[in-house]
This record gives sequence, structure tokens and C-alpha cells, in this order.
Amino acid sequence: MRLYAVAVYGFLYLPISIIALFSFSAGRNASSMQGFSTEWYARALNNPFVMEALWTSLKVAFFSAILATLAGTMAALALTGMKGRLRAIFDVLVQIAVMIPGIVIGIATLIALVTLFDLVNPWIESLTGWRLSLGLGSLIGLHGMFTMSLVVLLVRGRLESFDRAQIEASNDLGASPLGTFMQVTFPQIAPAILAGFLLAFTFSFDDFIMAFFVAGSETTLPIYIFSSIRRGVTPEINAIGTMVMVASLTLLIVAQILLRPGHSRGKG
Amino acid sequence: MAMAQTRARTLLLTPAGLWYAALLLFPLAVVLIFSFGERNPIGGYAPGFTLEQYANLPARFAAFRNTLTLAPLGTIAALLIAYPLAYYLALRVSVRWKTMLLILVIVPFWTSILIRSYAWIYLLGGNGIPAFLEAIGLGDIQLINTPFAVLVGIVYGYLPLMVFPIYVALEKLDKSLLEAASDLGTPPWRSFLQITLPLSMPGVLTGSMLVFILLTGEFLIPAILGGGKVFFVGNALVDLFLQSRNWAFGSAVAVALIVIMLIVVALYTRVVKRFGATRDDVGLM
Repeated sequence: MRLYAVAVYGFLYLPISIIALFSFSAGRNASSMQGFSTEWYARALNNPFVMEALWTSLKVAFFSAILATLAGTMAALALTGMKGRLRAIFDVLVQIAVMIPGIVIGIATLIALVTLFDLVNPWIESLTGWRLSLGLGSLIGLHGMFTMSLVVLLVRGRLESFDRAQIEASNDLGASPLGTFMQVTFPQIAPAILAGFLLAFTFSFDDFIMAFFVAGSETTLPIYIFSSIRRGVTPEINAIGTMVMVASLTLLIVAQILLRPGHSRGKG
Repeated sequence: MAMAQTRARTLLLTPAGLWYAALLLFPLAVVLIFSFGERNPIGGYAPGFTLEQYANLPARFAAFRNTLTLAPLGTIAALLIAYPLAYYLALRVSVRWKTMLLILVIVPFWTSILIRSYAWIYLLGGNGIPAFLEAIGLGDIQLINTPFAVLVGIVYGYLPLMVFPIYVALEKLDKSLLEAASDLGTPPWRSFLQITLPLSMPGVLTGSMLVFILLTGEFLIPAILGGGKVFFVGNALVDLFLQSRNWAFGSAVAVALIVIMLIVVALYTRVVKRFGATRDDVGLM
């Protein structure tokens, strides 16, 4: 049984390790290990295309995660303990958003926005001289729409599991609704909110498929990696991939620790 | 008080509501409308109302066939690999190691599927496993750019998603049932078949549904490991929208894909009701 588990963990981590290993190869050939060097990391970090794609990815991940965390937390607060039609509608919306394949929503958003922009652009251009187009806005909007749903699920889960009597007690003792929120509710859900932000950030930073459709003329890091792989794997791509993996692993482990049951600062 | 509460709730829900309206409902409505439209000769969409695009779906038969054979196969393979691991984690590992081992399973799922998939180019490509097989005298075997490579990629990509719901179901299982069975002299294999397996079915079903649904919309893994030979509906969609720019037909393909997924979800909901599970058992995060 234990041997089996070791084998499965090997299956999960071996491919990742191979990329990490080959990224330290000194040779030009990406498919064999020749010596040891960190040259490819230096090259990747000095490649202006890589750095620009990285910068775009960071901007999109940061802003989409901030907005998703805000809107998602607000929605989760409203939905907890709520009944009736509006609650049912939102439950369905969150389900659809999480379940629908990235490729379908990416394509749908692409054709919807292109059609809409074609309709309104002549009018907007005559008024302001600007034109609407796909780019940072659509990337942030689409990633945020998806990750907001994750935040709703996470924060609502935490809200539903804590003792409502604490809120009632606080109200009975004369605390204002805002006071109750800041001193009772918020400390309890803060870890879930932070974990939601980290997951949202990681998702956006790693997403290829939605970005592929709505990026317009922008290039995110996964789009850069995908188009490079099409031309052939290089040690430089391995170095970039390793750095991306390490960055997301770090964020994810922090998120997972925050999400462990019983991890809340409201205790004691 | 009640009025004020309702107003506060509406206010709190407004940003999320607008967001869903603009970037979930509006795009999906556009796809639905376009699927009844016609192809614009210069590419894109021309208004109309016709069922022509749906009648034309068999033109992409191969993509649907590949998806609907490899997605179930991938789901079953992931289930067979995931179940023993989930069982081990839920019933055989001490509390001390459990958390860390679980995190190690979940974490890969949230990291870039793009990078995780292209890693298999090394393992399945000429210098990887095939070279090893040749060295031990099994002859020249092509692995990369075959359905097998895509299958390995999808099992690898979605295994964590299968392990977790099964683990949650097994973890909740009342261990005293197993003890009672063994006190009464039931052999372990029988108590597994009669107690453990039925009680873990909600997790099995949830995991299978999640994996199956995500697989039907897969694009990256066939694109990277199938080398253009093994393509899914997702690859057909990319081709239709970005290369041939046939938006009306592409929309019909997208709607067909969504319908297939809805059927799977409906089936799942029906079966799950029989086992009395709830959807919240996913516990993915």
C-alpha cells in the first residue's frame, strides 16, 4: 500500500522534476543533461519578451485577484443565511462559472466582445477618439469572473461553518453592525479571504486557455510559453517553467495552510 | 431592520451580479444566438435563423468521437489510480503525515497544466520511455502524438481532482462499522465490498463527474501531446474560431459541447440522489 502511494507521488512529481533538472543543463540541447549551469535562468531573466510577458501576467493576476476577492467576499457575505429566488439564481451562476470549460467561456467572451466593440466603436471613436479592444481589461475581467466564483465558495464555506451565535451575542451586547463585522466576522473569515486571493492570483497567473482568446495583442507568460513550445522546447523555457512552478507552489502551500480547518485568528 | 438588511444584501451582490451578467451570461447568450446564424463569407458571423449549423455537426464527428472515447477512458483510469491512494490517505496514514501528503496531492492541480503537460514531451518523446523500451528489446514504439500520450497526459493532469472527493468520502466513513464487521469475522475483502466501497460512492461519483466534465472541454493536452493527430472538441473549437473563422458553426459546436456536459451533470445529480450525497463534498480547495 505504501509502495503504491510512493509510486503515485512519483508519477505526480517526476515530470515536474525533470523540467527543473534540465533547466540547469549547460548545453544547448534541451533533451539531455550536459553539465550544470544557471546560464538559462540568466538568459530568461534578460530576455525582454519574457520579462514583458511576466509583467503582463503579474498585472493581470494582481488586479483580477483583488477585484475577484472584493466582489466575491461581498457576495459571500450577502449569500450566507439568505434564502429565496435571488440566492438560487446566484448558486446557479457560481456553479455555471466554475463548471463551464475555460475554452468555451474564452471563445464566448471573445466573440461577444468583438461583436460588441464593432458595434459601439464607431460611436465611441467619434466622441473620444479612442477605440475599445481586447487586452488587459478583458483579461482581468474574464479571470476575475472565474476566480470570484472560487472566492465565493471559499468564503461562504468559512462563514457557514462558524457559530452564528457569536454574531447574535455581539448584536445583543449593543455592537453596531459594522463593529460586529470588524470584530467578530472578519477575523474569522480573514484566512479564507487571503487564501481565496492567493488561489485567484495563482489561477490567473497560470491560466493559458482563457487568456489565449481574450488577450488581444497582449502576451501573458503562459501564452509565451505555449507559443515557444510549438517551436520546440529549449532549456530557457525549462528555466521559465521551473520559476513559474516554484512561484505558484509557494503561493499554493501558503493558501493550503491558511485553509486548514481550525486556522482562524478569531479563536482564543 | 428587515428592509435595511435586504438593501444591504442587494448592494453587496451588485458587483458580482454585474460581473456575471457581462462576462458569463452575455457571452453565453451570444454563442447561443450565433449558433442559429450563418457564416459570413469574409469570416465571422452573419445574422440569420437556421438549423444548418447543427445539421452540419457530423462534419466534426472525429473530434466528438475522440473526446467521448478518451474522456471516459481517462476518467476510469484516473479513478482506478486515485482510489487506492485516497484509501491509503484516509484510512492508513497517521494524522501527523496526512496534512502534508494531502497538500502534496492537491498542489499540482493548481499549478500550470501547460508546464505539467509539456513535461511529458520528455518522458514520452524519442529519448524518454521509448528509448528505454528499445534498450530492453521491446522494439521501436512511438508514444508521443498518440492517443496513449493524450491519455497519460489527462490522467496525470486530473488525478488530484479525483483523489480529493474520494478521500473526503472515505474520511467521513464511520470506522466502527469496519471494526464491527471484523469482530463478526467478516473477511476484509467482504467488508470492503459491502461497507467501504458503497459508502465511498458519493466521492467516486463526484470525482468522476468533475474529471469527465473538465476532460470534455480539454484543449491543451491534446494540442501538446497529441501533435495535431489526436484532437478533441476543444481543438476543433480553436480551429473554427481562430483559423477558419466560422463563428456560426463554431458556436453550434460549443453549444453541443455544453449540452453534453449538462446531460452528464443531470445524470450525476440523479445517481447521487440515490446515494444521498451533497455537492459540497467536492472539497477541492
